[in-house]
Amino acid sequence: MSVVTIDLAEHPTRYLNSTLHGLRADTNQSFWRVLNPRGKHALAAGVQAPVRVEIAGHAGYFCAGMNKCATVVIEGNAGNGVAENMMSGRVIVQGDASAAAGASAHGGLLVICGNAASRCGISMKGVDIVVGGNIGHMSAFMAQAGTLTVLGDAGDNLGDSIYEAEIFVRGTVASLGSDCLEKPMRTEHVSALAGRLREAGFEQADPAAFRRYGSARQLYHFHPDNAGAY
Amino acid sequence: MCGIVGLFFKRPGQEASLGAYLAAMLGTMRDRGPDSAGFAVYGAETDNIKLTVRGAADADLIGLAELFHVQVDLHHSHAVLHVPVANCSVIRARLAALPGITIVGAGRRMALFKEVGLPAHVAERFGLPHMAGTHGIGHTRMATESAVTTEGAHPYTTGMDQCLVHNGSLSNHNSVRRRLIREGLQFETENDTEVAAAYLSWRIREGDSLEAALYASLSDLDGFFTFVVGTRTGFAVLRDPICCKPAVMAETDAWVAFGSEYRALVDLPGIEDARVWEPEPAHVYAWEQAA
Repeated sequence: MSVVTIDLAEHPTRYLNSTLHGLRADTNQSFWRVLNPRGKHALAAGVQAPVRVEIAGHAGYFCAGMNKCATVVIEGNAGNGVAENMMSGRVIVQGDASAAAGASAHGGLLVICGNAASRCGISMKGVDIVVGGNIGHMSAFMAQAGTLTVLGDAGDNLGDSIYEAEIFVRGTVASLGSDCLEKPMRTEHVSALAGRLREAGFEQADPAAFRRYGSARQLYHFHPDNAGAY
Repeated sequence: MCGIVGLFFKRPGQEASLGAYLAAMLGTMRDRGPDSAGFAVYGAETDNIKLTVRGAADADLIGLAELFHVQVDLHHSHAVLHVPVANCSVIRARLAALPGITIVGAGRRMALFKEVGLPAHVAERFGLPHMAGTHGIGHTRMATESAVTTEGAHPYTTGMDQCLVHNGSLSNHNSVRRRLIREGLQFETENDTEVAAAYLSWRIREGDSLEAALYASLSDLDGFFTFVVGTRTGFAVLRDPICCKPAVMAETDAWVAFGSEYRALVDLPGIEDARVWEPEPAHVYAWEQAA
Protein backbone atom coordinates (compact mmCIF):
# COMPACT_ATOMS: atom_id res chain seq x y z
CA MET A 1 0.00 0.00 0.00
CA SER A 2 1.58 3.25 -1.07
CA VAL A 3 1.10 6.53 0.72
CA VAL A 4 -0.09 9.51 -1.27
CA THR A 5 1.08 12.83 0.13
CA ILE A 6 -0.63 16.17 -0.39
CA ASP A 7 1.32 19.19 0.83
CA LEU A 8 -0.98 22.11 1.61
CA ALA A 9 1.98 24.45 1.33
CA GLU A 10 1.78 23.66 -2.40
CA HIS A 11 -1.91 22.98 -2.96
CA PRO A 12 -5.11 24.69 -1.81
CA THR A 13 -7.63 22.93 0.42
CA ARG A 14 -9.98 22.58 -2.54
CA TYR A 15 -7.41 20.44 -4.36
CA LEU A 16 -7.11 18.14 -1.36
CA ASN A 17 -10.85 17.76 -0.94
CA SER A 18 -11.74 17.37 -4.59
CA THR A 19 -9.02 14.72 -4.91
CA LEU A 20 -10.41 12.82 -1.94
CA HIS A 21 -13.98 13.22 -3.21
CA GLY A 22 -12.94 11.59 -6.49
CA LEU A 23 -11.90 8.34 -4.80
CA ARG A 24 -14.05 5.28 -5.48
CA ALA A 25 -14.93 2.78 -2.81
CA ASP A 26 -12.52 0.23 -4.33
CA THR A 27 -9.58 2.63 -4.73
CA ASN A 28 -6.07 1.33 -4.25
CA GLN A 29 -4.96 4.75 -3.02
CA SER A 30 -6.17 4.08 0.48
CA PHE A 31 -3.55 5.91 2.56
CA TRP A 32 -3.17 9.68 2.45
CA ARG A 33 -0.86 12.08 4.31
CA VAL A 34 -1.75 15.78 4.45
CA LEU A 35 1.22 17.99 5.25
CA ASN A 36 1.26 21.61 6.49
CA PRO A 37 -2.39 21.84 7.53
CA ARG A 38 -1.62 25.04 9.49
CA GLY A 39 -5.10 25.20 11.00
CA LYS A 40 -6.88 25.39 7.66
CA HIS A 41 -10.62 24.82 7.61
CA ALA A 42 -12.70 21.98 6.15
CA LEU A 43 -9.77 19.61 5.65
CA ALA A 44 -10.85 16.17 4.43
CA ALA A 45 -14.50 17.16 4.67
CA GLY A 46 -17.00 15.06 2.77
CA VAL A 47 -14.80 12.03 2.11
CA GLN A 48 -16.90 9.00 1.11
CA ALA A 49 -14.32 6.28 0.47
CA PRO A 50 -12.88 3.75 2.94
CA VAL A 51 -9.44 5.37 3.02
CA ARG A 52 -7.14 6.57 5.80
CA VAL A 53 -6.28 10.28 5.84
CA GLU A 54 -3.63 11.51 8.26
CA ILE A 55 -3.41 15.24 8.88
CA ALA A 56 0.07 16.12 10.08
CA GLY A 57 -0.69 18.92 12.53
CA HIS A 58 -3.47 21.14 13.85
CA ALA A 59 -6.67 21.46 11.80
CA GLY A 60 -9.20 24.31 11.61
CA TYR A 61 -12.98 24.19 11.53
CA PHE A 62 -15.13 21.29 10.31
CA CYS A 63 -12.27 18.88 9.72
CA ALA A 64 -13.65 15.54 8.48
CA GLY A 65 -17.15 16.99 8.43
CA MET A 66 -19.80 14.73 6.84
CA ASN A 67 -17.28 11.90 6.87
CA LYS A 68 -18.51 8.60 5.44
CA CYS A 69 -16.43 5.40 5.57
CA ALA A 70 -13.03 7.12 5.89
CA THR A 71 -10.67 7.10 8.84
CA VAL A 72 -9.33 10.60 9.45
CA VAL A 73 -6.53 11.09 11.97
CA ILE A 74 -5.66 14.60 13.13
CA GLU A 75 -2.16 14.65 14.60
CA GLY A 76 -2.85 17.74 16.66
CA ASN A 77 -5.82 19.84 17.74
CA ALA A 78 -9.04 20.27 15.79
CA GLY A 79 -11.06 23.47 15.53
CA ASN A 80 -14.81 23.89 15.85
CA GLY A 81 -17.12 21.20 14.52
CA VAL A 82 -14.70 18.36 13.89
CA ALA A 83 -16.58 15.40 12.33
CA GLU A 84 -19.79 17.39 12.31
CA ASN A 85 -22.56 15.41 10.66
CA MET A 86 -20.33 12.35 10.30
CA MET A 87 -22.27 9.40 8.88
CA SER A 88 -19.81 6.53 9.39
CA GLY A 89 -16.12 5.77 9.58
CA ARG A 90 -13.89 7.11 12.30
CA VAL A 91 -12.23 10.39 13.18
CA ILE A 92 -9.39 10.47 15.69
CA VAL A 93 -8.13 13.74 17.18
CA GLN A 94 -4.81 13.14 18.89
CA GLY A 95 -4.88 16.52 20.64
CA ASP A 96 -7.81 18.65 21.85
CA ALA A 97 -10.99 19.51 19.99
CA SER A 98 -12.67 22.89 20.04
CA ALA A 99 -16.41 23.49 20.39
CA ALA A 100 -19.16 21.37 18.85
CA ALA A 101 -17.10 18.25 18.16
CA GLY A 102 -19.26 15.64 16.47
CA ALA A 103 -22.18 18.05 16.12
CA SER A 104 -25.28 16.31 14.77
CA ALA A 105 -23.21 13.30 13.67
CA HIS A 106 -25.32 10.29 12.65
CA GLY A 107 -22.82 7.47 12.96
CA GLY A 108 -19.23 6.35 13.12
CA LEU A 109 -16.74 6.80 15.92
CA LEU A 110 -15.16 10.08 17.01
CA VAL A 111 -12.21 9.75 19.38
CA ILE A 112 -10.71 12.83 21.01
CA CYS A 113 -7.57 11.88 22.91
CA GLY A 114 -7.30 15.22 24.74
CA ASN A 115 -10.06 17.55 25.90
CA ALA A 116 -13.13 18.65 24.00
CA ALA A 117 -14.47 22.17 24.53
CA SER A 118 -18.09 23.24 24.89
CA ARG A 119 -21.07 21.61 23.14
CA CYS A 120 -19.33 18.33 22.39
CA GLY A 121 -21.89 16.05 20.73
CA ILE A 122 -24.48 18.80 20.35
CA SER A 123 -27.57 17.37 18.63
CA MET A 124 -25.78 14.06 18.09
CA LYS A 125 -27.89 11.57 16.16
CA GLY A 126 -26.17 8.23 16.51
CA VAL A 127 -22.42 8.78 16.61
CA ASP A 128 -20.22 7.24 19.30
CA ILE A 129 -17.92 9.87 20.81
CA VAL A 130 -15.12 8.94 23.22
CA VAL A 131 -13.12 11.72 24.89
CA GLY A 132 -9.92 10.89 26.75
CA GLY A 133 -9.91 14.14 28.72
CA ASN A 134 -12.62 16.57 29.80
CA ILE A 135 -15.58 18.06 27.96
CA GLY A 136 -16.88 21.63 28.21
CA HIS A 137 -20.29 23.00 29.08
CA MET A 138 -23.53 22.20 27.23
CA SER A 139 -22.18 18.94 25.86
CA ALA A 140 -24.74 16.52 24.37
CA PHE A 141 -27.19 19.43 24.18
CA MET A 142 -30.40 18.13 22.54
CA ALA A 143 -28.69 14.83 21.85
CA GLN A 144 -30.96 12.40 20.03
CA ALA A 145 -29.06 9.13 19.70
CA GLY A 146 -25.61 7.62 20.13
CA THR A 147 -23.18 7.61 23.03
CA LEU A 148 -20.84 10.15 24.59
CA THR A 149 -18.12 8.64 26.77
CA VAL A 150 -15.84 10.87 28.81
CA LEU A 151 -12.83 9.59 30.74
CA GLY A 152 -12.34 12.95 32.47
CA ASP A 153 -14.81 15.51 33.80
CA ALA A 154 -17.87 17.14 32.22
CA GLY A 155 -18.66 20.86 32.37
CA ASP A 156 -21.93 22.56 33.26
CA ASN A 157 -25.34 21.63 31.88
CA LEU A 158 -24.40 18.21 30.59
CA GLY A 159 -27.12 16.71 28.41
CA ASP A 160 -29.38 19.74 28.50
CA SER A 161 -32.72 19.06 26.77
CA ILE A 162 -31.50 15.61 25.80
CA TYR A 163 -33.99 13.47 23.85
CA GLU A 164 -32.16 10.15 23.97
CA ALA A 165 -28.49 9.14 23.69
CA GLU A 166 -26.43 7.75 26.53
CA ILE A 167 -23.71 9.64 28.37
CA PHE A 168 -20.96 7.95 30.40
CA VAL A 169 -18.62 10.03 32.55
CA ARG A 170 -15.79 8.66 34.68
CA GLY A 171 -14.94 11.94 36.42
CA THR A 172 -17.11 14.66 37.87
CA VAL A 173 -20.08 16.37 36.26
CA ALA A 174 -20.22 20.11 37.05
CA SER A 175 -24.00 20.11 36.60
CA LEU A 176 -26.69 18.33 34.64
CA GLY A 177 -28.86 20.26 32.19
CA SER A 178 -32.64 20.26 32.03
CA ASP A 179 -34.18 16.82 31.75
CA CYS A 180 -30.86 14.97 32.11
CA LEU A 181 -30.42 12.63 35.07
CA GLU A 182 -28.18 9.88 36.33
CA LYS A 183 -29.31 6.36 35.55
CA PRO A 184 -28.19 3.04 36.96
CA MET A 185 -25.19 1.40 35.30
CA ARG A 186 -26.35 -2.14 34.63
CA THR A 187 -24.34 -5.10 33.36
CA GLU A 188 -25.31 -4.56 29.74
CA HIS A 189 -24.13 -0.94 29.92
CA VAL A 190 -20.77 -1.97 31.39
CA SER A 191 -20.17 -4.55 28.69
CA ALA A 192 -21.23 -2.26 25.83
CA LEU A 193 -19.04 0.50 27.26
CA ALA A 194 -16.09 -1.90 27.52
CA GLY A 195 -16.45 -2.59 23.81
CA ARG A 196 -16.50 1.10 22.89
CA LEU A 197 -13.50 1.87 25.12
CA ARG A 198 -11.58 -0.96 23.46
CA GLU A 199 -12.58 0.28 20.02
CA ALA A 200 -11.39 3.78 20.89
CA GLY A 201 -8.04 2.59 22.25
CA PHE A 202 -8.85 3.15 25.93
CA GLU A 203 -9.02 -0.53 26.90
CA GLN A 204 -7.12 0.21 30.13
CA ALA A 205 -10.05 2.25 31.47
CA ASP A 206 -12.35 0.29 33.78
CA PRO A 207 -15.90 0.54 32.38
CA ALA A 208 -17.35 -0.06 35.85
CA ALA A 209 -15.80 3.24 37.00
CA PHE A 210 -18.18 5.27 34.80
CA ARG A 211 -21.57 6.69 35.69
CA ARG A 212 -24.40 6.78 33.21
CA TYR A 213 -26.64 9.76 32.38
CA GLY A 214 -29.60 10.07 30.07
CA SER A 215 -32.97 11.59 29.41
CA ALA A 216 -35.69 11.96 32.05
CA ARG A 217 -38.11 12.21 29.10
CA GLN A 218 -40.10 15.00 30.71
CA LEU A 219 -39.63 17.51 27.88
CA TYR A 220 -40.92 15.35 25.05
CA HIS A 221 -44.38 16.88 25.09
CA PHE A 222 -45.82 20.21 25.98
CA HIS A 223 -47.18 20.10 29.49
CA PRO A 224 -49.99 22.54 30.33
CA ASP A 225 -48.51 23.09 33.79
CA ASN A 226 -45.54 24.75 32.10
CA ALA A 227 -47.67 27.21 30.11
CA GLY A 228 -46.73 30.03 32.47
CA ALA A 229 -43.08 29.58 31.61
CA TYR A 230 -43.54 30.77 28.01
CA MET B 1 -17.64 37.98 12.92
CA CYS B 2 -14.35 39.89 13.48
CA GLY B 3 -10.90 38.56 14.29
CA ILE B 4 -8.76 39.45 17.25
CA VAL B 5 -5.12 38.75 17.97
CA GLY B 6 -2.59 39.46 20.67
CA LEU B 7 1.08 38.78 21.28
CA PHE B 8 2.96 39.27 24.54
CA PHE B 9 6.68 38.66 24.94
CA LYS B 10 7.46 37.09 28.29
CA ARG B 11 11.12 38.01 28.27
CA PRO B 12 13.15 40.87 26.77
CA GLY B 13 15.19 40.76 23.60
CA GLN B 14 12.41 40.00 21.12
CA GLU B 15 10.99 43.53 20.79
CA ALA B 16 12.23 44.16 17.23
CA SER B 17 10.12 41.33 15.83
CA LEU B 18 6.77 42.25 17.42
CA GLY B 19 5.37 44.31 14.55
CA ALA B 20 6.17 41.77 11.86
CA TYR B 21 4.47 38.96 13.77
CA LEU B 22 1.46 41.08 14.66
CA ALA B 23 1.09 42.21 11.03
CA ALA B 24 1.11 38.59 9.83
CA MET B 25 -1.49 37.65 12.44
CA LEU B 26 -3.74 40.52 11.35
CA GLY B 27 -3.27 39.65 7.70
CA THR B 28 -4.44 36.08 8.26
CA MET B 29 -7.48 37.27 10.21
CA ARG B 30 -8.69 39.20 7.16
CA ASP B 31 -11.02 36.26 6.52
CA ARG B 32 -12.86 37.15 9.72
CA GLY B 33 -12.80 40.91 9.20
CA PRO B 34 -11.96 42.52 5.87
CA ASP B 35 -13.53 45.96 6.46
CA SER B 36 -11.08 47.63 8.79
CA ALA B 37 -8.25 46.87 11.13
CA GLY B 38 -6.52 48.37 14.11
CA PHE B 39 -3.77 47.59 16.55
CA ALA B 40 -1.95 48.88 19.60
CA VAL B 41 1.78 48.43 20.10
CA TYR B 42 3.51 48.80 23.47
CA GLY B 43 6.92 50.18 22.61
CA ALA B 44 9.83 51.46 24.65
CA GLU B 45 9.07 53.64 27.63
CA THR B 46 10.58 57.12 27.77
CA ASP B 47 10.12 60.18 30.01
CA ASN B 48 7.47 61.43 27.59
CA ILE B 49 3.85 60.56 26.98
CA LYS B 50 2.99 59.19 23.55
CA LEU B 51 -0.10 60.82 22.12
CA THR B 52 -1.38 59.07 19.01
CA VAL B 53 -3.48 61.36 16.83
CA ARG B 54 -5.37 60.79 13.63
CA GLY B 55 -5.52 63.50 11.02
CA ALA B 56 -8.16 64.19 8.38
CA ALA B 57 -6.92 64.05 4.79
CA ASP B 58 -5.86 67.71 4.77
CA ALA B 59 -4.45 67.81 8.31
CA ASP B 60 -0.84 68.91 8.72
CA LEU B 61 0.44 66.24 11.11
CA ILE B 62 4.12 67.05 10.56
CA GLY B 63 3.36 70.66 11.42
CA LEU B 64 2.39 69.54 14.93
CA ALA B 65 6.10 69.14 15.71
CA GLU B 66 6.72 72.83 15.19
CA LEU B 67 3.46 73.88 16.79
CA PHE B 68 4.11 72.06 20.05
CA HIS B 69 7.93 71.73 19.94
CA VAL B 70 7.76 67.98 20.27
CA GLN B 71 9.01 64.99 18.31
CA VAL B 72 6.41 63.67 15.86
CA ASP B 73 6.56 60.25 14.19
CA LEU B 74 4.33 60.17 11.13
CA HIS B 75 2.51 56.91 10.34
CA HIS B 76 0.32 57.46 7.29
CA SER B 77 -2.89 59.13 8.59
CA HIS B 78 -1.72 58.93 12.21
CA ALA B 79 1.12 60.51 14.13
CA VAL B 80 2.69 59.80 17.49
CA LEU B 81 3.61 62.92 19.46
CA HIS B 82 6.22 62.52 22.19
CA VAL B 83 4.97 65.00 24.76
CA PRO B 84 6.64 65.94 28.07
CA VAL B 85 4.45 64.94 31.00
CA ALA B 86 4.27 68.50 32.29
CA ASN B 87 2.82 69.81 29.00
CA CYS B 88 0.57 66.87 28.26
CA SER B 89 -2.76 68.24 29.43
CA VAL B 90 -2.19 71.61 27.76
CA ILE B 91 -1.20 69.97 24.47
CA ARG B 92 -4.15 67.58 24.67
CA ALA B 93 -6.52 70.50 25.09
CA ARG B 94 -4.97 72.39 22.18
CA LEU B 95 -5.02 69.25 19.98
CA ALA B 96 -8.68 68.73 20.78
CA ALA B 97 -9.40 72.24 19.52
CA LEU B 98 -7.59 71.72 16.19
CA PRO B 99 -9.88 70.94 13.25
CA GLY B 100 -9.28 67.59 11.59
CA ILE B 101 -7.24 66.17 14.47
CA THR B 102 -8.48 63.41 16.78
CA ILE B 103 -6.56 61.98 19.74
CA VAL B 104 -6.87 58.20 19.49
CA GLY B 105 -4.65 57.03 22.32
CA ALA B 106 -2.26 58.05 25.05
CA GLY B 107 0.27 56.26 27.16
CA ARG B 108 3.81 55.88 28.35
CA ARG B 109 4.24 53.05 25.90
CA MET B 110 1.09 52.53 23.86
CA ALA B 111 0.64 53.77 20.32
CA LEU B 112 -2.65 52.98 18.61
CA PHE B 113 -3.62 52.90 14.95
CA LYS B 114 -6.84 51.99 13.17
CA GLU B 115 -8.33 52.54 9.79
CA VAL B 116 -10.74 51.26 7.16
CA GLY B 117 -9.25 48.81 4.68
CA LEU B 118 -7.93 45.28 4.29
CA PRO B 119 -5.96 44.35 7.41
CA ALA B 120 -2.72 43.65 5.53
CA HIS B 121 -2.96 47.03 3.78
CA VAL B 122 -3.74 48.85 7.01
CA ALA B 123 -0.77 47.21 8.74
CA GLU B 124 1.52 48.08 5.84
CA ARG B 125 0.36 51.70 5.58
CA PHE B 126 1.05 52.34 9.23
CA GLY B 127 4.38 50.54 9.04
CA LEU B 128 3.40 47.90 11.61
CA PRO B 129 5.94 45.31 10.36
CA HIS B 130 8.73 47.67 11.45
CA MET B 131 7.32 48.55 14.87
CA ALA B 132 9.03 47.23 17.97
CA GLY B 133 7.46 46.48 21.31
CA THR B 134 6.94 44.06 24.15
CA HIS B 135 3.32 43.34 23.35
CA GLY B 136 0.50 44.30 21.05
CA ILE B 137 -3.12 43.56 20.29
CA GLY B 138 -5.07 43.85 17.06
CA HIS B 139 -8.50 43.55 15.50
CA THR B 140 -9.94 42.90 12.07
CA ARG B 141 -13.50 44.07 11.66
CA MET B 142 -16.48 42.74 9.79
CA ALA B 143 -19.07 45.38 10.57
CA THR B 144 -22.50 43.96 11.33
CA GLU B 145 -24.33 46.66 13.25
CA SER B 146 -22.79 49.99 12.32
CA ALA B 147 -21.04 51.65 9.42
CA VAL B 148 -17.55 50.82 8.21
CA THR B 149 -15.72 53.82 9.63
CA THR B 150 -12.43 54.42 11.40
CA GLU B 151 -14.38 55.32 14.55
CA GLY B 152 -16.01 51.89 14.49
CA ALA B 153 -12.68 50.08 14.28
CA HIS B 154 -10.88 48.65 17.32
CA PRO B 155 -8.86 48.85 19.56
CA TYR B 156 -10.71 51.15 21.95
CA THR B 157 -8.85 52.99 24.64
CA THR B 158 -10.22 54.93 27.56
CA GLY B 159 -7.24 55.21 29.83
CA MET B 160 -3.51 55.73 29.70
CA ASP B 161 -1.85 52.68 28.15
CA GLN B 162 -5.11 50.73 28.37
CA CYS B 163 -6.85 49.30 25.35
CA LEU B 164 -9.11 46.49 24.37
CA VAL B 165 -10.20 44.54 21.31
CA HIS B 166 -13.49 42.68 21.33
CA ASN B 167 -15.14 39.96 19.32
CA GLY B 168 -18.85 39.84 20.08
CA SER B 169 -21.45 42.37 21.11
CA LEU B 170 -22.73 43.75 24.40
CA SER B 171 -26.43 44.17 25.03
CA ASN B 172 -26.42 46.42 28.12
CA HIS B 173 -23.83 48.92 26.94
CA ASN B 174 -26.20 51.89 27.07
CA SER B 175 -27.00 51.49 30.75
CA VAL B 176 -23.36 50.74 31.62
CA ARG B 177 -22.28 53.82 29.64
CA ARG B 178 -24.69 56.04 31.60
CA ARG B 179 -23.33 54.65 34.85
CA LEU B 180 -19.72 55.20 33.75
CA ILE B 181 -20.48 58.77 32.62
CA ARG B 182 -21.70 59.44 36.16
CA GLU B 183 -18.35 58.05 37.33
CA GLY B 184 -16.60 60.66 35.19
CA LEU B 185 -15.55 58.57 32.20
CA GLN B 186 -15.72 60.11 28.76
CA PHE B 187 -16.92 58.49 25.56
CA GLU B 188 -16.26 59.34 21.93
CA THR B 189 -18.70 56.92 20.28
CA GLU B 190 -21.92 54.96 20.77
CA ASN B 191 -19.94 51.75 20.39
CA ASP B 192 -20.41 48.84 22.80
CA THR B 193 -16.72 47.96 22.87
CA GLU B 194 -15.78 51.44 24.03
CA VAL B 195 -18.02 50.79 27.03
CA ALA B 196 -16.12 47.61 27.84
CA ALA B 197 -12.82 49.51 27.62
CA ALA B 198 -14.17 52.28 29.84
CA TYR B 199 -15.54 49.76 32.31
CA LEU B 200 -12.08 48.24 32.76
CA SER B 201 -10.49 51.69 33.04
CA TRP B 202 -13.01 52.55 35.76
CA ARG B 203 -12.38 49.35 37.73
CA ILE B 204 -8.61 49.83 37.47
CA ARG B 205 -8.99 53.46 38.57
CA GLU B 206 -10.93 52.20 41.60
CA GLY B 207 -8.02 49.96 42.54
CA ASP B 208 -8.73 46.66 40.79
CA SER B 209 -5.96 44.71 39.14
CA LEU B 210 -6.52 44.01 35.44
CA GLU B 211 -7.48 40.47 36.39
CA ALA B 212 -9.96 41.61 39.05
CA ALA B 213 -11.43 44.20 36.67
CA LEU B 214 -12.04 41.50 34.07
CA TYR B 215 -13.66 39.16 36.58
CA ALA B 216 -15.92 42.04 37.68
CA SER B 217 -16.96 42.58 34.05
CA LEU B 218 -18.51 39.11 34.02
CA SER B 219 -21.21 40.37 36.41
CA ASP B 220 -21.70 43.82 34.92
CA LEU B 221 -21.41 43.35 31.15
CA ASP B 222 -24.18 41.41 29.44
CA GLY B 223 -23.65 39.96 26.01
CA PHE B 224 -21.15 37.81 24.25
CA PHE B 225 -17.53 38.63 24.03
CA THR B 226 -13.97 37.59 23.85
CA PHE B 227 -11.77 40.41 25.15
CA VAL B 228 -8.05 40.82 24.62
CA VAL B 229 -6.67 43.62 26.76
CA GLY B 230 -3.36 45.44 26.88
CA THR B 231 -1.97 47.59 29.67
CA ARG B 232 1.42 49.25 30.09
CA THR B 233 2.95 46.02 31.36
CA GLY B 234 0.15 43.49 31.07
CA PHE B 235 -1.86 41.37 28.69
CA ALA B 236 -5.10 39.52 29.39
CA VAL B 237 -7.83 37.45 27.76
CA LEU B 238 -11.40 36.76 28.87
CA ARG B 239 -14.22 34.83 27.18
CA ASP B 240 -17.88 35.12 28.14
CA PRO B 241 -19.38 32.28 30.21
CA ILE B 242 -20.89 30.52 27.22
CA CYS B 243 -17.96 30.97 24.84
CA CYS B 244 -19.89 32.42 21.93
CA LYS B 245 -16.78 33.45 20.05
CA PRO B 246 -13.83 31.31 19.04
CA ALA B 247 -10.48 31.62 20.79
CA VAL B 248 -7.14 29.85 20.69
CA MET B 249 -4.11 30.54 22.85
CA ALA B 250 -0.53 29.38 22.53
CA GLU B 251 2.38 29.75 24.92
CA THR B 252 6.08 29.04 24.92
CA ASP B 253 8.83 30.10 27.33
CA ALA B 254 9.29 33.22 25.18
CA TRP B 255 5.77 34.43 24.42
CA VAL B 256 2.06 33.99 24.81
CA ALA B 257 -0.30 34.63 21.92
CA PHE B 258 -4.01 34.84 21.26
CA GLY B 259 -5.87 34.32 18.00
CA SER B 260 -9.51 33.98 17.03
CA GLU B 261 -8.28 30.97 15.10
CA TYR B 262 -5.15 28.86 15.24
CA ARG B 263 -4.36 29.98 11.70
CA ALA B 264 -3.36 33.39 13.08
CA LEU B 265 -0.61 31.79 15.15
CA VAL B 266 1.06 29.47 12.65
CA ASP B 267 4.04 31.70 11.86
CA LEU B 268 5.07 32.41 15.44
CA PRO B 269 8.56 31.14 16.30
CA GLY B 270 8.47 27.74 17.96
CA ILE B 271 4.72 27.26 17.43
CA GLU B 272 5.39 23.58 16.67
CA ASP B 273 6.34 23.02 20.30
CA ALA B 274 4.04 25.59 21.89
CA ARG B 275 1.26 24.62 24.27
CA VAL B 276 -1.87 25.32 22.25
CA TRP B 277 -5.23 25.39 24.03
CA GLU B 278 -8.71 26.78 23.98
CA PRO B 279 -9.31 29.25 26.83
CA GLU B 280 -11.98 28.22 29.34
CA PRO B 281 -15.20 30.20 29.68
CA ALA B 282 -15.32 33.02 32.25
CA HIS B 283 -11.68 32.51 33.17
CA VAL B 284 -9.19 35.36 33.10
CA TYR B 285 -5.80 34.62 31.59
CA ALA B 286 -3.40 37.41 32.52
CA TRP B 287 0.30 38.03 32.19
CA GLU B 288 2.45 40.81 33.65
CA GLN B 289 5.98 41.68 32.67
CA ALA B 290 8.48 40.78 35.36
CA ALA B 291 9.32 43.93 37.30
